[in-house]
Amino acid sequence: MEVIGAGLAVIGAGLGIGLIGAKAMESIARQPESLSDIRNLTIITAALVEGAALFAIVVALL
Amino acid sequence: MQSIFRKIQFVKNFLTCFFVLILSFSGLSQDHGEHENQDAHGAEVTNETAHAGDEEGYNPTPTIMHHIADANEWRFFGNFSLPLPVMIYNTTHKNWFFGSSSQFHPDSHGEGSQKVKGYEMVHSRVVPADGSKYIDFSITKNVAALLLTAVLMLLVFLTVARGYKKREGQAPKGIQSFFEPLIQFVRDEIARPNLGKHTDRFLPYLLAVFFFIWFGNMLGQIAPIGSPNLTGNIAVTAALALFTMLIINFSGTKHYWKHMVDPMGKDMPLLGKIPLYIVLVPIELLGIIIKPAALMIRLFANVTAGHIIVLSLVSLIFVFGNAGQSLGGSIGGAAVAIPFTLFIGLIELLVAFLQAFIFTILSAVFIGMAIDDGH
Repeated sequence: MEVIGAGLAVIGAGLGIGLIGAKAMESIARQPESLSDIRNLTIITAALVEGAALFAIVVALL
Repeated sequence: MQSIFRKIQFVKNFLTCFFVLILSFSGLSQDHGEHENQDAHGAEVTNETAHAGDEEGYNPTPTIMHHIADANEWRFFGNFSLPLPVMIYNTTHKNWFFGSSSQFHPDSHGEGSQKVKGYEMVHSRVVPADGSKYIDFSITKNVAALLLTAVLMLLVFLTVARGYKKREGQAPKGIQSFFEPLIQFVRDEIARPNLGKHTDRFLPYLLAVFFFIWFGNMLGQIAPIGSPNLTGNIAVTAALALFTMLIINFSGTKHYWKHMVDPMGKDMPLLGKIPLYIVLVPIELLGIIIKPAALMIRLFANVTAGHIIVLSLVSLIFVFGNAGQSLGGSIGGAAVAIPFTLFIGLIELLVAFLQAFIFTILSAVFIGMAIDDGH
């Protein structure tokens, strides 16, 4: 049962990080000189989203 | 006026160091007493699933868990194992046990074939044979890996510092030139944007935590030395998150604490504030603990998940080969598992750096929010 929960959590993480990536690509295409700022923010936001998914995985492991 | 300010600074720094020193020992000792029954239950569950899996094939779960967990001996590649000192305080009998893990003569699965003074080694952990409660102060594999990381960091950075002193005004050479862009990266991308003019106050901590997590993660990826799972131990990441929490709260300005209990300030009339604060203020106060707790869980889960993935892929070989019974299955399993493991290994190298970067930049952001003087 826990593996189903972990799998559902990963769906959320995948969707979230995919959206972040998509928006990052779009905004870099709109304004190429803000590349480094967008790259840093993308990585930070991706880690935060993944942190939320990892909460669920840790609970599944418990 | 300046001297009073300096005295306050000194007292603040001293208190931070004192608490950090005292609380850092919490990562080194683990109280197993109350968990005895739970451990037995967990082992029963694992054994049940192990036995259930035996009918279908090889169950990799116990081996994987054994490789991630802490151990009282350090197993290298093959059958070679480095014995580590064992120091256990038995709270039921109120006596100490000092020894070495080699006294238990562990086999390749970590099962000791010898009992010493009422202690035995099960799954590479030394436990009292009569099930009494104990506190384990031993130098376990994770503690040894922590000391190794510290020694490695000292070696590297003392060499870099000596290089800077010797070559004053000249271009950097050797290991200096490797670490200079990394240190500049931490200063210019992580510290300066978030800390502004207070960069020099917190840069030593940010550099230390960044390189400690990175070196620790990298050590865990080196399979031939036994993959010491340092940052995958929640006590270690809890200690790091505790350092960040102490630094944030001990350097919080009055503005920070005022914002904690009165977020809106003068922007809202008192009548409107009351229903809002019933919800907002507990969230802010809980956030003091939850933000560092998120740092802890993020690092722990990322590193542990990476180790579990790599170990699972390698176990694929055994699962396909039915633990040695089917040669064709083993070869097929190896053909599938080895490219995947290489691929995941590369991702793990990226994750090692990335998690160090994320921990450091989030610490910098939180510290920056705490020392913010307002507009």
